[in-house]
Amino acid sequence: MIAIPFQNENMDRSLILSKLKVIVANYSHDKDALEYLTESTDFIKDLKINSANLVDVVLDVEEEFDIEIDNLSMERMLNVSAALEIITDKLKEK
Amino acid sequence: MANRVVITGMGVVAPNGVGLAPFLEAIRTGRSGITHHPLLEKLQFSCQIAGTPVLSDALIANYFSELELRNFNSSGILYGVIAAMDAWADAGLTIEQSGEPDWDSGTIFGSGTTGVDKFREAIYKIDDLQTRRLGSNVVSQTMASGISAYIGGKLGLGNQVSSNSSACTTGTESILMAYERIKSGLATRILAGSTSDSGPYIWAGFDAMKVCTFKHNDAPESGSRPMSASASGFVPGSGAGAFVVESLESALARGARIYAEILGGNLNSGGQRGTGTMTAPNAMAVQRCIRTAIQNSGITANEIDLINGHLTATSKDSLEIQNWCEALQRSGENFPYINSLKSMVGHCLSAAGSVECVAALLQMQHDFIAPNLNCEDLNPEITSLISPSKIPQKQLPFPIRVLAKASFGFGDVNACIIFKKHISN
Repeated sequence: MIAIPFQNENMDRSLILSKLKVIVANYSHDKDALEYLTESTDFIKDLKINSANLVDVVLDVEEEFDIEIDNLSMERMLNVSAALEIITDKLKEK
Repeated sequence: MANRVVITGMGVVAPNGVGLAPFLEAIRTGRSGITHHPLLEKLQFSCQIAGTPVLSDALIANYFSELELRNFNSSGILYGVIAAMDAWADAGLTIEQSGEPDWDSGTIFGSGTTGVDKFREAIYKIDDLQTRRLGSNVVSQTMASGISAYIGGKLGLGNQVSSNSSACTTGTESILMAYERIKSGLATRILAGSTSDSGPYIWAGFDAMKVCTFKHNDAPESGSRPMSASASGFVPGSGAGAFVVESLESALARGARIYAEILGGNLNSGGQRGTGTMTAPNAMAVQRCIRTAIQNSGITANEIDLINGHLTATSKDSLEIQNWCEALQRSGENFPYINSLKSMVGHCLSAAGSVECVAALLQMQHDFIAPNLNCEDLNPEITSLISPSKIPQKQLPFPIRVLAKASFGFGDVNACIIFKKHISN
């Protein structure tokens, strides 16, 4: 059997990104930046999310993807690419 | 030279009216905000009636963003912010949007307990080992200064931002603290006021003390009976009242409408000595508070046209009247008019002083004395001290020049303010 993991992962990544976008939209104070969300988007600098709300983003992510994000991962979940990486890793661990 | 201090804006969230216009209409016509609460019945409270403000989601959305309302569960902050922002707008002030706060404006906005429902929610999660899932807003909604922190952020205030707390004296105290700060020149404008949460977790302790009435569960509107012979305890209430307290100079410079001048006032305590305890007032201290307020105001007791009393509808009402008689050296037909808003809204606890001051200043502005409900059977101990004609039971058109407002609270604490109608030159 020939697996095609690469393609699946890509699809997952865009699906994860779209779900993440819905979550951060609730906390973003810059709706324009939200419009142009990319993997390099920073939660605080670009989306103007209040730093206190980052824990709420993490809790919403945990709920949406049914995963648990440890304190160390939580600390570095400051931008879209880190979030995608952490979510992907945690999903794999499941 | 000390600054003269005036009130230029007001806001109110009361059980019988939200916003100045509906509230004015309610106090003119004597509309009660007391209703039966099925939740209190379910929880087997002795007193199952209460006064709580009615707020629609559409109204709330004018004051709070969707994000702010996520996991929001603090009725006191809700009421306080609405009253405060209304007062700010009523004073003709705008909200500073630039990066710099308004250094000359602050807030002293009190509460008794903040966000008790939010606290309950958090405690259940904590005990269920879910502390990490509390989210980010437990502290801001449950800290004692939650209400002043919310208001300070909404309005961009850069002067003192603080919450006072002195039980049922809180609201009246906040106005006097604002007055002192402006008088001494430390601020130009202070958003003063107070708020109180709604619900069983605020009221249960009072219910357990048997200080609330249990005789009117079937007839809520007749439950709150200040000065009545059949008064059998207070009816719990909630809400918020807010004031823009401002230097006269600033008010005149920007052509603001002036509700009243704060001539002076006094805060004191009976020290829980003599007749005073945690829950009962020291009569000597109450009289001293009133007398000192009058002295500080540079008026004589005979100039007072209306007293807005504390008068909660317990057996202590006649004691309060006696204290006023002694302090003012006025009685019988010579006693000023007196009323208690609590007959309409119940006892709004930490919000009582501020909600009642809004009512008092509206009466001053519109030249009428609001009716006292539910005292058709006046307490004979009261009518032996003052004439029944001084306790209007129907709206009475009357020009009020000077009014005295007093509030008393657990801890044997007292506050009295003297307001004077401002006549522009």
